[in-house]
Amino acid sequence: MGEALHEIALTVNGVVRRARVPARRLLSDCLRHDLGLTGTHVGCEHGVCGCCTVLMDGAPARSCLTFAVTADGHEITTVEGLAGPDGALSPVQRAFSECHALQCGFCTPGFLCTVTALLRETPAPTDEQVVEGISGNLCRCTGYQNIVKAVHRAAELIADEDGTPAAAGGEA
Amino acid sequence: MTTRLFGEPVQRREDLRLITGQGRYLDDLGHDALAAAFVRSPHAHARIRDIDVSAALDVDGLVAIYTWEDLPERVRDPLPLLIPHPALTHGRTAYPLARELVRHVGEPVVMVVARDRYLAEDAAALIEVDYEILKPVVGIEEAAQGAHLVHQDVPGNLGAHLVQEVPSAAGRGAREAVEAAPHVLSFRLDFERSASTPLEGRGVYARWDADDRSLRVYSSTQTSTSVRMAIAAKLGLPLPSVEVIAPDVGGGFGVKIVHPWPEEVLVPWAAMLLRREVKWAEDRREHFVSSAHERGQVQHVRVGFDDEGHVLGLEVTILHDHGAYTPYGIIVPIITSTQLLGPYRIGAYRVEFSSIYTNTVQVTPYRGAGRPQGVFCMERTMDRIAAHLGMDRAAVRAANFIQPGDFPYDQGLVFQDGRPLIYDSGDYPESLRMLKELIGWDGFPAMKAEAAARGRRLGIGLGCYVEGTGVGPYEGGHVQVTSDGRVHVSTGLTSQGQGHETVFAQIAATELGVPMSSVSVVTGDTRRFGYAVGTFASRAAVMSGNAIALACRKVRDKALRIAAEALEADPRDLEIEDGVVRVVGAPGASLPLATVAVLSNPLRYAFDEEAARATQFAGQAPMDRPPVEEGEEPGLEGRDYYSPVRSTFASGMHAAIVETDPDTAEIRILRYAVVHDCGKLINPMIVEGQIHGGVAQGVGGALYERMVYDGHGQLLNASFMDFLMPYATEVPAIETAHLETPSPLNPLGIKGAGEAGVIPVSAVIASAIEDAEGLSVDRMPISPSELYELRRSAGR
Amino acid sequence: MKPPPFDYHAPTDLGETLEVLAGAGAHAKVLAGGQSLIPLLNMRLASPSHLVDINRVAELDTIVVRGGGVRVGALARHAAVERSEAAARALPLLRAALRQVAHPVIRNRGTVVGSLVHADPSAELPAVLTVLEGSVRLARHGGGEREVPASEFFVGPLESALRPGELAVSAFFPALPPRAGSAFCEVARRHGDYAVAGAAAVVVLDDDQRIASARVACVSAGPVPVLLDLSEVCARRPAASADWAAVAAAVRDRVDPEGDIHATADYRRHLTGVLAERALRVAAQEAAGEGTGESADG
Repeated sequence: MGEALHEIALTVNGVVRRARVPARRLLSDCLRHDLGLTGTHVGCEHGVCGCCTVLMDGAPARSCLTFAVTADGHEITTVEGLAGPDGALSPVQRAFSECHALQCGFCTPGFLCTVTALLRETPAPTDEQVVEGISGNLCRCTGYQNIVKAVHRAAELIADEDGTPAAAGGEA
Repeated sequence: MTTRLFGEPVQRREDLRLITGQGRYLDDLGHDALAAAFVRSPHAHARIRDIDVSAALDVDGLVAIYTWEDLPERVRDPLPLLIPHPALTHGRTAYPLARELVRHVGEPVVMVVARDRYLAEDAAALIEVDYEILKPVVGIEEAAQGAHLVHQDVPGNLGAHLVQEVPSAAGRGAREAVEAAPHVLSFRLDFERSASTPLEGRGVYARWDADDRSLRVYSSTQTSTSVRMAIAAKLGLPLPSVEVIAPDVGGGFGVKIVHPWPEEVLVPWAAMLLRREVKWAEDRREHFVSSAHERGQVQHVRVGFDDEGHVLGLEVTILHDHGAYTPYGIIVPIITSTQLLGPYRIGAYRVEFSSIYTNTVQVTPYRGAGRPQGVFCMERTMDRIAAHLGMDRAAVRAANFIQPGDFPYDQGLVFQDGRPLIYDSGDYPESLRMLKELIGWDGFPAMKAEAAARGRRLGIGLGCYVEGTGVGPYEGGHVQVTSDGRVHVSTGLTSQGQGHETVFAQIAATELGVPMSSVSVVTGDTRRFGYAVGTFASRAAVMSGNAIALACRKVRDKALRIAAEALEADPRDLEIEDGVVRVVGAPGASLPLATVAVLSNPLRYAFDEEAARATQFAGQAPMDRPPVEEGEEPGLEGRDYYSPVRSTFASGMHAAIVETDPDTAEIRILRYAVVHDCGKLINPMIVEGQIHGGVAQGVGGALYERMVYDGHGQLLNASFMDFLMPYATEVPAIETAHLETPSPLNPLGIKGAGEAGVIPVSAVIASAIEDAEGLSVDRMPISPSELYELRRSAGR
Repeated sequence: MKPPPFDYHAPTDLGETLEVLAGAGAHAKVLAGGQSLIPLLNMRLASPSHLVDINRVAELDTIVVRGGGVRVGALARHAAVERSEAAARALPLLRAALRQVAHPVIRNRGTVVGSLVHADPSAELPAVLTVLEGSVRLARHGGGEREVPASEFFVGPLESALRPGELAVSAFFPALPPRAGSAFCEVARRHGDYAVAGAAAVVVLDDDQRIASARVACVSAGPVPVLLDLSEVCARRPAASADWAAVAAAVRDRVDPEGDIHATADYRRHLTGVLAERALRVAAQEAAGEGTGESADG
């Protein structure tokens, strides 16, 4: 006897995606294995490492601590959806590369999603806000220093793009 | 423009795919593969009486269940002992699935294959194993007493025992030198277990092609070539029928150099048997109990020194906990006992280690690989000498330094590669000077006093290390210029985030005089390069970097020979710049490297305009010589190997200022400074990143991470909830300065940088806490709770 | 680490939720934020046969601030309560404690009521509810509602008074009386970890600015949040001249924490004293209108 399957529809990176999943299917597995979006990584499956962080209705959430059925009807953004429709890298993506904020890259999608939301809410964060903002994501490679640098750099890039000077902090 | 890429902070070419979610890690592959899961022992030491799988058979989607009994010859044999050593008299390795006995929690007992991982876990949960529980051996000193045994045929649980001794210049033994010294101290030090814990666990995915009887295996490994050989041997396949690929790997830090893991044998075996793709992706809990740990040691030190702090004799006895099995031999304690000497000239030295079995996860190298323990020992010793003599801690170190004029300096020991421990180059006094300046060593006492006046408790500490990097035996590089002008570089060793694609491209672009954009690099794919050792021991840049440089030089020579003929010039008058071969001083006379590649391969068939130039009627070839001359090969490609006579020795010194809370005993690192010397820098941005990451792991090891086993051999903190890997909130900003003392041993003058950051951190933090508290810190890591208990036992 | 199978229910209103819960019996679990429950499922440390997902029950997603306090519905996320200015004005302690709950990403999904029902003695919110003498409202199909005071709600480690078939529909955090102040202090191994020790404190002053009441609920100090009334030790003195050392000593006398892999029992006892004292001092300052020294918003 097979498990009951549930029809779900998620809007992932702007596209409605349908899947038939058992109730226990984790959102992380649904994204990765049912929808083929393997950019969302799984590092612990108990909510501590943050590798699986995606944006759920715009807010960062652990996809390993969310059932796909619960996400039915919601909007999900994964790392694959951070670049523009033309493939142009987002400021956060560019800043991570520019500042060498990734090494093995396994934790990076989770950081990118977390930081994207962080800068929407706090466009010109202080050091303390940056560290607090990324405090739920583990990285075993970088020692975080360049990640912190990249968050500030991304804030600058966003401010430049918007044509608005970075609100707080200093400006040139 | 293109030629000076070596030494520049070039942005990484790996990044684009990794920041867009296009990386391909192990579990991103094999969408349709069956999933494997394992029943693992819940007991540290037990005899398997019975395995009942009947309840699992009804699980929907179940494909297969295997126990040791089901395994064929060779597959069922114990896993190989990778690094034999004469002192490892009682080496033992595990069976791929437990046979009769389990010797640590997490040991695989039953393999389950099902349609997906959920179902495989359902089936695994229904399998009942009947165990007769045996007395577990836990705790290194208890194990050394040998009252109970991990392996019945290993008395005293003693796997290996090794003594190395270097007499003083006057021929005095260490014991005698210590006895005769004006001052003698003896003490005990403890270093607890930790582990690599990359964020991606291990994983294996196998595709068996039954039609052409070939096997392709993807593994999240640090050595694909050696996994390939192991699989071919275990499965009885001809080597050319097996390919192993390390895809993007989500961190290694040592644990993934061990091979073949049980799963690396069992998954391909099951794929062949079932004629289906099979994949196993290790989960976090499995990683804690079934991969490998490191670090646990107890050290007893006796040191004799004079009034100026010169070490006249040093005797160290080490108890090393190697867990239940010894697949990686005794590399870790060998490194501890040799690299312990650091940048110092020691009067006479004797080191003895006993490597001991316990019913815990096996111990194999984790970034630093025994050096953090060795440096802890030596640097704690230096601090004790300073305290005893009332000397400045930096001055005691300086008094013992090997001087710049002393290189090559022979420490008189045998290193992990079986070769003499001879330092090639370094400048330790300059390093120390830079460090003191960077951290503000001389101004610290004033800072400390000022803080104390405001009720704050600060301390400063430092630590020095020397790291043998780039160990042999060899690595190779292959470089091919194709007729479109693209340069294809491959090397056999693997990458786990070190930026090899970038730095090897920098090297190739610099050596060949081509733009980086025309260079592509492949690592860890046996389809491209079959001979390699692996990525460990801070060796990738040194070994493969030099091999690729040498291969490029071959290609360059050949390109110049061919171009010289075509341009009717002397090869010595030619240069390659931006992918074009030119006659120096004659701007008109040039030939793109693409065309040289075309000319290098005499053709019968033209497939495009360019290729037509190399066909038989193009009228270019001299008619009195064969199209491919004797000793030549078609194509513009080169392969070369770099095999050094011995390791090259990087070095560094760290210092930290910490604050301890007088009430809560919390420990905070206020500043962390690093002076680092890895010879010539290929890409300073990447080296700096390696240091940051290493220091962060060091901070984890000093203040947060440990493996807590209870008396039953249960790992009590097998999750990221309780194994406290630091977040951004726990890692201080790291200030770095570089010193570049080139290595005379290799063409590029480089030394390894991968492990350096982690090595001295525990020693440095212990030194700083000791300075803040005025208490002696003898064991690491240290938590606020432990600091509080230390204060209490000191009566405060 | 994949969860075991379960029957899934996704009711859309409270009535349906209670009905489903009544039908599901003792082996049902309620899924709200899932930030504590799903790790347990993934590790197969829990295997409920029914999971009742209340994420679509919009009527439970409420934060009601009235003069008497803050009532938080079962679906209100930590982050929503943390951001609620009205809740923060009514009860600064709630925001102060919420900021110590795990990490921002966890707080986006986790719920306040879920944390209370999880009843982890190392968690922040049970201590807050306890020191404020708040309550949890439990409802069952056909059986009406009962309001269980914090002192009775937390029964043991990971054990609450919730009975099979019941749903915790809301929690009520009473506001402080006039001339009262509050504070939350904790020490965790890593930022965002469960506290090694912690204290939620409330101090009420009398008309002469002397301490009339001083209470703390201690985190990680026993099987449930440990509520201590230290009013007597404070002896109706003004904060500035209170014998804080005696207060800390009294706290240490009255708690009996356990040791674990992160801390010895003795250290926890010591630390609980330090943190209770710190929290009470700050609360007393706040009560006296001196500000807390802690920047209000960041």
